[in-house]
Amino acid sequence: MLVIAAVVIIVTELLVSDKNKGIVVPIAIALLFITMALTIAFPAEGRIFGGMYVADSLRTVVKLIMDIATILVLLQSNRWIKAAANHDKITEFFILIFASLIGMSYMVSAGDFIMLYLGLELATMPVCALAAFDKYKRVSAEAGIKLIYSSAFSTALMLMGITFIYAVSGSVYFDDIALSFQPDAMSMLGMTFILSGFAFKISLVPFHLWAADVYEGAPVAVTSYLSVVSKGAALFVLTWVLYNVFGSASEIWRQLLVVLAFLTMTIGNLFALRQENMKRFLAFSSIAQAGFILLGVLGEGQLGMGTVLFFLTAYVFTNIAAFSVVAAIDDATGKENISDYNGLYKTNKQLSLILMLALFSLAGIPPVAGFFGKLFLFNAAASQGYYWLVFIAVINATISLYYYLRPVRAMFIEKNDAPIPFFKSDWYMRICLILCVLGIFITGFVSAIFEYILSVS
Amino acid sequence: MNILHLLIIIPLLTTVSVLCVKSMKAVRWATAVGMFFQLLTAITVLLVYMVIRQSGDTSEMVLMDTYNWYPSLNITYAIGVDGISCAMILLTAIVMFAGVFASWEIEYLQKEFFVSLIILATGVFGFFISLDIFTMFLYYELAVIPMYILIGIWGTGRKEYSAMKLTLMLMGGSALIIVALFGIYHSSGAPEPTFNLLELGKYPMSEAAQRFFFPFAFLGFGVLGALFPFHTWSPDGHASAPTAVSMLHAGVLMKLGGYGIFRVAMYLMPQAAQEQAWIFIVLTSISVVYGAFGAIWQKDLKYINAYSSVSHCGLVIFGLLMLNQTAMDGAILQMISHGLMTALFFALIGMIYSRTHTRQVFEMGGLMKVIPFLAVVYMIAGFASLGLPGLSGFAAEMTIFVGAFQHVDLFHRIATIFAISAIVVTAVYILRVVGTLLLGPVKNEAFMQLKDARWYERLSTLLLLVSVAGVGIYPQWLYQLIFDSLAPIAQKLAAAL
Repeated sequence: MLVIAAVVIIVTELLVSDKNKGIVVPIAIALLFITMALTIAFPAEGRIFGGMYVADSLRTVVKLIMDIATILVLLQSNRWIKAAANHDKITEFFILIFASLIGMSYMVSAGDFIMLYLGLELATMPVCALAAFDKYKRVSAEAGIKLIYSSAFSTALMLMGITFIYAVSGSVYFDDIALSFQPDAMSMLGMTFILSGFAFKISLVPFHLWAADVYEGAPVAVTSYLSVVSKGAALFVLTWVLYNVFGSASEIWRQLLVVLAFLTMTIGNLFALRQENMKRFLAFSSIAQAGFILLGVLGEGQLGMGTVLFFLTAYVFTNIAAFSVVAAIDDATGKENISDYNGLYKTNKQLSLILMLALFSLAGIPPVAGFFGKLFLFNAAASQGYYWLVFIAVINATISLYYYLRPVRAMFIEKNDAPIPFFKSDWYMRICLILCVLGIFITGFVSAIFEYILSVS
Repeated sequence: MNILHLLIIIPLLTTVSVLCVKSMKAVRWATAVGMFFQLLTAITVLLVYMVIRQSGDTSEMVLMDTYNWYPSLNITYAIGVDGISCAMILLTAIVMFAGVFASWEIEYLQKEFFVSLIILATGVFGFFISLDIFTMFLYYELAVIPMYILIGIWGTGRKEYSAMKLTLMLMGGSALIIVALFGIYHSSGAPEPTFNLLELGKYPMSEAAQRFFFPFAFLGFGVLGALFPFHTWSPDGHASAPTAVSMLHAGVLMKLGGYGIFRVAMYLMPQAAQEQAWIFIVLTSISVVYGAFGAIWQKDLKYINAYSSVSHCGLVIFGLLMLNQTAMDGAILQMISHGLMTALFFALIGMIYSRTHTRQVFEMGGLMKVIPFLAVVYMIAGFASLGLPGLSGFAAEMTIFVGAFQHVDLFHRIATIFAISAIVVTAVYILRVVGTLLLGPVKNEAFMQLKDARWYERLSTLLLLVSVAGVGIYPQWLYQLIFDSLAPIAQKLAAAL
């Protein structure tokens, strides 16, 4: 369905004149919406291509989460994409996003390593182009180059790992490998490389060095997409692969994950303390959040997968809300630093409140979804007995509260002689923000969402 | 519908109405009316509870209601009360009601102030009625964040620093509680893991698990109870906070710590409590004396009171750690007594400050001549603080020390004597402040023009004063109420010896 959507957009590009390019925006959003509706109405089950492509209710849920996230990103990007500098590339933006989304879908539905790799590449390449979308900004080009070189290197590593696994087990299909997987030297080497490839996509420490610069340089819409959809899909696939393919080596990869989680949370937090630019700030916060999610992966089976996906749902709404406010302010005034936000509450009440809500959700404060997400992740880790890791995680959560409160302090407490003046956002942005806020509240309180996710995990 | 739900619904409705009205006067009255209804509900809950007990119901918790929230994780929205909860709810309602009138003059971002204050109170009420430790923790966290906003925006002095320090340290305490929470959940002896407090109480945890998690739970809640050495957020936090926030925080929030300790830590981990009590007794004794000495050093009224709160709250935890029914009863009585007293103090200090614009004790003097009503109330509050018989402080402290002396071993006796010595120190700083501030010559000529208390100030201070005196003159009904509710946990602690 997504392929059809992409084709429709290409056709529209050819047919519509330059001036009316803006019409592509609602068409794209509508198409994505229809795709989602079809996915819910006709959930697919089964395998095709000889088992390379798997569809079941778990994957449907993941794809739905990604679709929702993409719709929100598209809503958020409306004003930016219609700005003068980007006007001639509107359709390209949507084609690239759809292409990337198709790649993510293939990656999520992969039944073997080749499909996984294919999906991963298809997902990454368009995003690299998207990162460089702001043609007239040097940082954007820099972001694009950094992303493409780092991605290429990491996917090469992953391919190496896949090769080793193939050499040992004689097959690339997940099911076959799972049956014969033994923790011997070659397999462990392969697993480590594959883990590194994923760790890059999820921006775990020490594979995180690209994240800050890319998040800062890329346009805000692309950053939102990267931080939520790309990370989310990679996390799901990592969890799936670790549980179902490398299941027999779980003692070994658990140790790896504990170390990675500890490093990621701590270093992500420590660096975030010093940031002045909102986008870099949110980048390091994303890195730290990825560390927290690893705690969920450390849980076992149903609980582990369920809590990871639940947190991702909450994370989608939270992160996109935060980035949308940043985008709104960036579109209106071009300002990106925390100190520019001083006194924002006086002039733009709703935006301040929404950002505050999103930051509280990221910090894990009730009654919003982030609280439940974080606590369930800790529960998953505790269920396997990792109490000291949970202790370190909660200490990190406390440290993170400090930097999440910095923008809150800027907006509500600091005084400013020249605060950002009041501006109205367009309808798309408003819908995006309203949906995000609703999502933040509902995901936490309505237990049915968590129950359903858990039941399909 | 269960009356306990009203305790959450009324504040939420009040918030909505505050957000809807237009004028500043309407905002104040909306909050006042809302909190008045909350007070009525709290009194009703207490009366209903007493009726239920009179009719012979001896179950551990009454007025219970349970809704399945997350069935897969066994998280329920379970509520219920016993005598102690009822008393604490009443305390919160009284302090909150008085606090609204103490904030009558706030004008900057007035709506946001009252909304934040009510959300804070909602968290506290929810904490007291919850019987499921996950929901308890949710309400507990809900009460922490509005503190940052309230102190940061409407505070005085080094407000940003104090607000951040307070919030981070309290979150640090929560961090410890989270570890204990999941530890309890996963290591309980129950057939399937549950967060429900009563279920967990039926199935004791293994001794090893108890030993590991009791410090986490105790210290986590202890941070909020200003346990030495985690008390450092308290002086700056209380001093920088606006009046009503200090009242609510010192009066009620710090009691959440003590309540959490006995409701969660001691109830679920009695063996570990018996074994490790001595370590924490050392800490609390230091807390009691350190707070008192700290108060002597201070020259700012609010700092004096903040350190005094550290001392009295330390006494609460001290009483709890004695692990017998008498001392624990005294501890909870002290929670209530000190809650009312310190709320009264902060309210008075706020009123004095708004008149004299200084909080330095030595810059003021002879206020008895100028603002007699406030001065007399302040004097009585001071006497309550140092434990004058007839006022609530005496009843509470006496009970704690009687209970403490029931331990005949040398360690407990020494610790108790050490803690009792703080009474003398308390007397020193209280009498010094009363003498310098209220009696003697008027230091500043400009003070002769000051106006005495207005009607809303009289209302809030008299309400608190009457409560303090009431508990002091006839504490028996409260004592018995608490004593009966302590029976389950006292039995568990005795069995764990």
